Amino acid sequence: MRVFRAANAAALVLLCAVMLYPFITVLAQSFSSAGAIKAGQVNVWPVGFNVDTYTAVMSNGMFWRNYGNTVLYTVVGTAIAMTLTTTYAYVLSKRHLKGRNALIGIAVFTMFFNGGIVPNYVLISSLGMKNTMWAIVLPNAISVFNLLVMKSFFENLPKDLEEAAQIDGLGWYGIFARIVLPLSKAVIATMVLFYSVQYWNDWFAAFLYLDKSELFPVTLFLRNLIAGASTSASEGAAAAGTTTALVSTNIQAVTMILTVIPILCIYPFVQRYFVSGVMLGSIKG
Amino acid sequence: MPLTQDEQSPRPATGGPTEDTAPDGPTAPVPAAAAPTARRRKQRQTWRQAFRRDWQLYSLALLPLIFLAIFKYGPMVGNVIAFRRFRPGGSIFGDEWVGLRYIDMFINDPSFWHVFTNTVVLGGLTLVVGFPLPIVLALLLNEVRKKYFKKIVQSISYLPHFLSVVIVVGMLMQLLSLEGTVNQIIGAFGGEGIPFLQRPEWFRAVYVGSEVWQTVGWGTILYLAALTTIDDSLYEAARIDGAGRWRQTWHVTLPGIRPTMITLLILNIGMFLNVGFEKVLLLYNPLTYETADVISTYLYRVGLVSNNLSYAAAIGLFQALIGLAMVLSANLLSRRMVGTSLW
Repeated sequence: MRVFRAANAAALVLLCAVMLYPFITVLAQSFSSAGAIKAGQVNVWPVGFNVDTYTAVMSNGMFWRNYGNTVLYTVVGTAIAMTLTTTYAYVLSKRHLKGRNALIGIAVFTMFFNGGIVPNYVLISSLGMKNTMWAIVLPNAISVFNLLVMKSFFENLPKDLEEAAQIDGLGWYGIFARIVLPLSKAVIATMVLFYSVQYWNDWFAAFLYLDKSELFPVTLFLRNLIAGASTSASEGAAAAGTTTALVSTNIQAVTMILTVIPILCIYPFVQRYFVSGVMLGSIKG
Repeated sequence: MPLTQDEQSPRPATGGPTEDTAPDGPTAPVPAAAAPTARRRKQRQTWRQAFRRDWQLYSLALLPLIFLAIFKYGPMVGNVIAFRRFRPGGSIFGDEWVGLRYIDMFINDPSFWHVFTNTVVLGGLTLVVGFPLPIVLALLLNEVRKKYFKKIVQSISYLPHFLSVVIVVGMLMQLLSLEGTVNQIIGAFGGEGIPFLQRPEWFRAVYVGSEVWQTVGWGTILYLAALTTIDDSLYEAARIDGAGRWRQTWHVTLPGIRPTMITLLILNIGMFLNVGFEKVLLLYNPLTYETADVISTYLYRVGLVSNNLSYAAAIGLFQALIGLAMVLSANLLSRRMVGTSLW
C-alpha cells in the first residue's frame, strides 16, 4: 500500500512536470537571446537574459491593435453567448413546459450534426458578415455542452423560492432575473470563463472570414508568425502576407506568453467555480 | 456528462413514440378534443393554455431559437449545394440541380479515399489512446489522500485545455524543432536529430501525443464528479467482504463511473471523424500530407482554397452523415447491451 501511494504520487508529479514543461520552455525562450535558442541552449532557464524581445513586440502597433480586437471580440461574444445560453437553458429547465422536449431536441441535434464548413462559409458571406466582427462572435454563440450544463444547474435549484415568488405574483421574467440569476453565480462564472476562453482562443473564424490584418485577433497574428517561421508554410500563410523574413523563435515565444497571460491570470480565481459548476451540473439533472 | 440522463431512466419498454418524444413544435395542432387516452397520466394541456401561462418562458426562448435557425440549421439546409451547381455570387442554395454528380466525383476520387483512411487512422488512434487515459488518471487522483496535493495536480492538468490550438502548435514546433528539447535529448543519447514535423511517419505520434497532453486532465473532471457520487457504504461492504484495493476499484469504482464512461464513449465516437481539424491545419505541411491530410483539411483546400464549393460540400455532408450514423448506432448498441444511452 505504501509503495503504491509513493508510486502514485511520483506518477502524478511527473505528470505535472510534463504538463508544465512547454510553458516553462516558452517562458525561458521569451527572455533568451535568439542566438542561444538557435544553438539549442534554452530549456528551463533563460540564456542570455534580456527583455529586448518584449520591448520589441510591445512596440509593435499591429500587435496591440490585434490584441485589442481579441479583447473586443471576447467581450462582445461572451455577452451575446451568455444571453442566449442563459435564457435558453432556463426555459429548458422548466419540466412542465409544453414542447420542452422539442426545444431540447432542436439544440442537441446540432451537437451531432452540423452544416459543415462550406455551407457555413457560404452563409456568412451571403449575410455580408465577412470582414466584420459578427462573423467571429455570432456563429458559435451557443455551445450545446454549456447549455446542457446550465440547464441541469437550473433544474437543481431549490424549487420553493421560485414557487413562493410565483405566488407573490412575479412573472417568469421577474423570477429569472431576481431569483434564479442571483442564485446561479457559480455556473455563470463558469460559463463566462468557458465562453471567454473560447473567443479568446479562436483563430479559425478570423482566418476564414477576415482579410484585413487590422481586424485580426491576436491568435491570428501569432499564427501568421508561426506559419511564416516554419520553413514550409501552409497555403494560408501566403494569403496572410504579413511575414517578410523568418521570425525568430524568441519573438514567437513572447507573443505566445502575452497571449496566454490573461487566461493564466483569471484561471486560478475562476477555477474553484468551474469545478463546482461543472460538477454540480454533471452529477445529475 | 449532463445530457438527459434524467429522462432516460424509466422508459416504457413498449417502444413506439411516447408522449415526450412527440414532435410538438410550436405549430403543432391542438389535439384538444382528440381521443383522450386514459393511460396518459400527464394531464392534457392545450397550446392555448400553455401559452397563456408560460408566454414569458416561450418569449425567452425566441432569440436563441432564431439564432439556432440561422446559424445552425441554415448551414444544414445550405448543404443542398452538394446537389446543385454553386456559383459564387449566385443564390446561396446554388443555381441548378446536378443530382449526385459531386457525390460520384468524390467516390471516384482516389485522394478522397486516401484522406478518408488517414482520418479513420488518426481518429481511431486518438480514441484508443485518448479515451482510457482520463479514466486512469481519475482513478489515480481518487487514490490521493492529501487534499491539497490533489487540488494542485488537478489545476495543473486542466490548464492545457484552456490554451488556443495556435499556442499548442507553437509550443510543439519549438519543442520538436532541431534545436528543441526533444532533439537535445536524442542528441544526448548520441542520436541523430529528427525534424519531426517534416516527417510523415511521425505525424500521427505528434498529433495524438499533443492531443493527450491537452485533453487528459480536463477529461478527468466528469469522472471525478461521478466518483464523488459513489456511495461510501458500497466500499465498506466490499471491505467487510474482504476486498482489497484492487477489487474495490474493480467491483465498486468502475461500475460506479460506467454510465459516464459510456456517455463519453458515445460522444467520442460521434466526433470520431472530426479529428481536430484546426490542429491538423496548423500542424501539417505538404511534406506530411501523406499521413496528415484528413477529410476536413482536404475539403477545406478543395472548397475554400480552390473554390470548388459544391464538391467540398458533398464531402462535408458525407462526413457529417457518417458522424451522425455513428452516434446513433453507438447509442443504440449501448442501450441494447448495457442499458445506458444518451437518449
